[in-house]
Amino acid sequence: MGSLGLILARVLQAVPTLFGIVVVTFLLTRALPGDPAAYFAGAAATPESIAEIRAQLGTDQPLPLQFVRYLKDLGSGNLGQSVSTGQPVASELLRRLPASLELTLTALLISVSVAIPLGVLAAVRQDTWIDQLCRFVVTAGVSLPTFFTGLLLVYVFYFLLGWAPAPLGRLDMLHITPPPVTGFLVIDSLIAREWSTAWSALKQLLLPSITLALFTLAPIARMTRASMLQALASEYLRTARAAGLSSSRVLMVYAFRNALLPVVTTLGMVFSFTLGANVLVEKVFAWPGIGSFAIEALVVSDYAAVQGFVLSMAVLFVLLNLVIDTLYTLIDPRVRIDG
Amino acid sequence: MTDITINTITAAPRSSAWSRGFAHFRYVMTSNPVTLLAFVMLAAMILIAVFGPALVPHDPLATAADKALKPPSLQHWFGTDQLGRDVFSRVIVATRLDLLISVSAVALSFFVGVAMGACAGYWGGWFDKLSGRLLDTIMAFPLFVLAMGIVAAAGNTIQNIVIATAIINLPFYARVARAEVSIRRNAGYVQAARLSGNSELRILIEKILPNTLPPMMVQLSLNMGWAILNAAGLSFIGLGVRPPTAEWGIMVAEGANFIVSGEWWLALFPGAALMLAVFTFNLLGDGLRDLVDPQRRT
Amino acid sequence: MSAPLHNPPLLAVRDLCVEFATRKGPVTAVRAVNLQVAKGETLGIVGESGSGKSVTSYAVMRILDRAGRIVSGGIEFGGMQLHSADEAMMSDLRGREISMIFQNPRAALNPIRQVGKQIEDVLIRHAQATHDQAKQKAIEALEKVRIRDAAKRYHAYPFELSGGMCQRVVIAIALACRPQLLIADEPTTGLDVTTQKAVMELVRELTRSEGMSTLLITHDLGLAGEYCDRIVVMEKGEVIEQQDTAGLFTAPAHPYTRRLIRSTPHSAATVRDLLPEDLRTPDLRTPLPPAAAVSAEPLLEVRDLVKVFESPPSLIQRLRGKSDAGYRAVDGISFSIARGESVGLVGESGCGKSTTSAMVMRLLDATSGSIRFKGQELTAVSAAAFASTPQRRELQMVFQDPHESLNPRATAAQSIADPLRRLEGMTDGAAIRNRVEELATQVGLPPDLLDRLPHQLSGGQKARVGIARAISTRPELLILDEPTAALDVSVQAVVLNLLADLKAAFGMSYLFVSHDLEVVRLLCDRVIVMRAGSIVEAGPTAQVLSNPQAEYTRELLSAIPRPAHLPGHAGRQAPAVIAGAA
Repeated sequence: MGSLGLILARVLQAVPTLFGIVVVTFLLTRALPGDPAAYFAGAAATPESIAEIRAQLGTDQPLPLQFVRYLKDLGSGNLGQSVSTGQPVASELLRRLPASLELTLTALLISVSVAIPLGVLAAVRQDTWIDQLCRFVVTAGVSLPTFFTGLLLVYVFYFLLGWAPAPLGRLDMLHITPPPVTGFLVIDSLIAREWSTAWSALKQLLLPSITLALFTLAPIARMTRASMLQALASEYLRTARAAGLSSSRVLMVYAFRNALLPVVTTLGMVFSFTLGANVLVEKVFAWPGIGSFAIEALVVSDYAAVQGFVLSMAVLFVLLNLVIDTLYTLIDPRVRIDG
Repeated sequence: MTDITINTITAAPRSSAWSRGFAHFRYVMTSNPVTLLAFVMLAAMILIAVFGPALVPHDPLATAADKALKPPSLQHWFGTDQLGRDVFSRVIVATRLDLLISVSAVALSFFVGVAMGACAGYWGGWFDKLSGRLLDTIMAFPLFVLAMGIVAAAGNTIQNIVIATAIINLPFYARVARAEVSIRRNAGYVQAARLSGNSELRILIEKILPNTLPPMMVQLSLNMGWAILNAAGLSFIGLGVRPPTAEWGIMVAEGANFIVSGEWWLALFPGAALMLAVFTFNLLGDGLRDLVDPQRRT
Repeated sequence: MSAPLHNPPLLAVRDLCVEFATRKGPVTAVRAVNLQVAKGETLGIVGESGSGKSVTSYAVMRILDRAGRIVSGGIEFGGMQLHSADEAMMSDLRGREISMIFQNPRAALNPIRQVGKQIEDVLIRHAQATHDQAKQKAIEALEKVRIRDAAKRYHAYPFELSGGMCQRVVIAIALACRPQLLIADEPTTGLDVTTQKAVMELVRELTRSEGMSTLLITHDLGLAGEYCDRIVVMEKGEVIEQQDTAGLFTAPAHPYTRRLIRSTPHSAATVRDLLPEDLRTPDLRTPLPPAAAVSAEPLLEVRDLVKVFESPPSLIQRLRGKSDAGYRAVDGISFSIARGESVGLVGESGCGKSTTSAMVMRLLDATSGSIRFKGQELTAVSAAAFASTPQRRELQMVFQDPHESLNPRATAAQSIADPLRRLEGMTDGAAIRNRVEELATQVGLPPDLLDRLPHQLSGGQKARVGIARAISTRPELLILDEPTAALDVSVQAVVLNLLADLKAAFGMSYLFVSHDLEVVRLLCDRVIVMRAGSIVEAGPTAQVLSNPQAEYTRELLSAIPRPAHLPGHAGRQAPAVIAGAA
């Protein structure tokens, strides 16, 4: 079977998962404490007006019908109205999504480019200082609450050293948001040739993404080290060494490529952690992404907004997992045949 | 007739299971100082959780406007917060609540998850498919986000924090249990147990499950740390525990507002306590595995 | 030393000592080893597990793992001092002057790299080919090891090839640069006998045509005897004897060598002959009691037994509405075992012999067919429910891997007591203990070992625990599933004798599942040869082995290494020489 067919099969496999996600978010909507109709009607509502709103919302109908209606709404991109902003939830989320993506992707880029070399070095130089460093980073990384690391970094780099800007969003007051192209401020301002805006946006981005990266560093580094050690102890590596292959070739072509497979699999879990931790980091740095939107919505019991947020995060996660699966299919020949 | 290798091994003394167990505990503790440290820290944490509230120098809820935002001093070791409450007393008192939330959440998901995964791994069939589908659906969400959604929908209570944390932990236990059981389902000693006339249920419970304990223990302790982080994260964003209750996550959240103006002690001490607790459980994993692994016995 | 010394040896190892750093301090794995390999010579290093034979070869290649270290001694190869050579020089030599092939060939190849590329890597590394010619040369190398369709196989991944094919690729990698010395570390372990023979013949032919020297590391004295000019015997890290092959077999000097020769099954030996003199306890000096009269009444009758393994259809197959027909592991076989009879079930891996034994043992449900035991149909009760039937105690089994078949958390006594509690209904602790100790004595397990966990027991001891457990309910039919495959030959000899004695003492019937015809010959009255799920030949052991009818049986028999010097065709004359020397 060709790679393309296999990737297509993976996409098809995501369909039941997506359906499961929709069912769960629907059930969460229905598990709301109290009656949303009463909530919408306000404190001075009469039983008649509540019944009217209930009919409007469709919550007086049996669950299966409500589910069909929910599916229809989703199909037309309708996630309901946000109570707090009065805007449709879908457009609110879309407006804030680029901020979250910019933060998350930058953090992943940082953590992958630090964690993988660190894990490889730790395995190759087992029991030396770099291995100890790796072990320390891994243990500390999984023990540190993200929001706490964020606060510590703010205290040190903003309050004490004054190197970082105030943790208040994506851009300080002095700069004007560049015209949106990608939605990523640093890239957009580079496109608009606003160098100082780009620099300012980068400075704002640095601390929160490092915070997030520190958290995701640990699982990637740990897995890289473990799978690299396993590859180094493997019999095919012994064959390669016995054939006199140069150590760089043994390391890169024989050990590293094999070691990468379990690392790619771990990335799925790492994405899950990152998207969750993202919410906390956004709160600490007042980052105007969908995480802080959800927290604000939680505070005022804006349930449609929270459900929309949960749903869109899940869909994002499914998409990221699809990318990983595709990547895996491309590097492991065994998957291509097994199907 | 004799075996060639018999002479090389001296006979093991026969002793009671208890004293052997204790000897093994001592062996594991002394052979690895990190494990010893982790167990000491765990013991300290449990003692603080049990006796802490009775021993703290100040009432964790008593406010005093005149003593607000004082840095650490001899009288207030960890300083005071914006309402003049003693941070040290609050950090100590919070231990019980934080441990309780995470222990009950992990215990809940451990038992449900192991039962589910073990049955799925041993018998397979429709139950395996159904539970697998359920777990896949849970795992399809970023887990912390799912917990947020559950707590938001089910109501903002501590009980719901426990349930939400248990649900997002469930896949880890169920998957490890399923994998560990299914690789042993047709192991030689399991086949032998079938020939010895054991019922399938007895084989699963008496022969297979105890052998899956070492990997489960590592998972248990890692998830305990993760459960604490999650529960604290939820209260950090304002879910679950309500002020003025003392809880590490919410204390860090309250202290966050003062970090930018330099009052670091409000957030640092509860944050450090949180970190220490998670750190302890992460270190504990390997030690626990050594304890329940018979191969490590000498 | 009888090596031809008129020209300097290609490889000379002098007083080699290798240590491994362990948590309990350094452990010496190889102690003062001396050996030489002359140009064009094939030297065998023979020893049981833990003898240091593999470590010696890794030291020569300087590929000991991190914990291992050459403490003292010298390794000289073609005038170069390998023990003190730097890594750059070693890396130049490896693959070009000295090559190595390994056991478990599939694991020895990079799983995610095309096999052709792996050969190219070596060719390019040692400047045997430029990038442009590399592919052509790699295909030539594949052709040289007789891989058909080499140009197509060039693109194959190891998981797409059989074990024998993988070993050919490993050989192609090793010989790509025409080295002077080939080290073969258990090159046939894990391969089927017919594949083993093909691989060894290939190695012999290629090394001879290039005039290479070979160092063959093996646990199998028979294999070394057939292919080597000289043999070095190692035990516990030391060389205890080296001689030319003929001399070693006719006049072994060291008692350990004699024991090793004795315990290697060959066509003239009885099961008693395998036992070393000094290990025979009084009851074993006696010849075997005459076999219990085999009654005509069949104990077990198997008719048209079939097992089909269905693989679940993949998503694509489901979309296309197709599904596999399933894999017929056992394809309609029939045989019977009489009371007191012992029947061998022989075949290579994947022939369905283990599936058959699992169905007869009621661990696996048959797809169709009948299994009658003492006239009762066993397939009427499902495998899952069979544990609660009265027949359970009459059908028992000894498993292939003595370690894996013992619960790691149960002591030897607990393992043996398990069937007593569940099947015999014993509940009284003291009575159980007495019975367990009695059983332990019967299988020759010292009772003071009964409270040990499996990992505290040796392989032979674990095998005894497994046997004691299997006979604890006095079964009438015992299936022995390769009971000695995981054991060293000397331990195998003892266990085979134990099994022969127990059969005589309790009048059990055996179904002996094995890949090893020599072992089957020692214990079985009749033999059944299986291939691809079907029976190709069945009959009395002596008849099938001396006058095989099926082509496949002949192939199996001819694949068994038969060193000319091993007392095979020479009848019982050779063992007498050994006895005289002892």
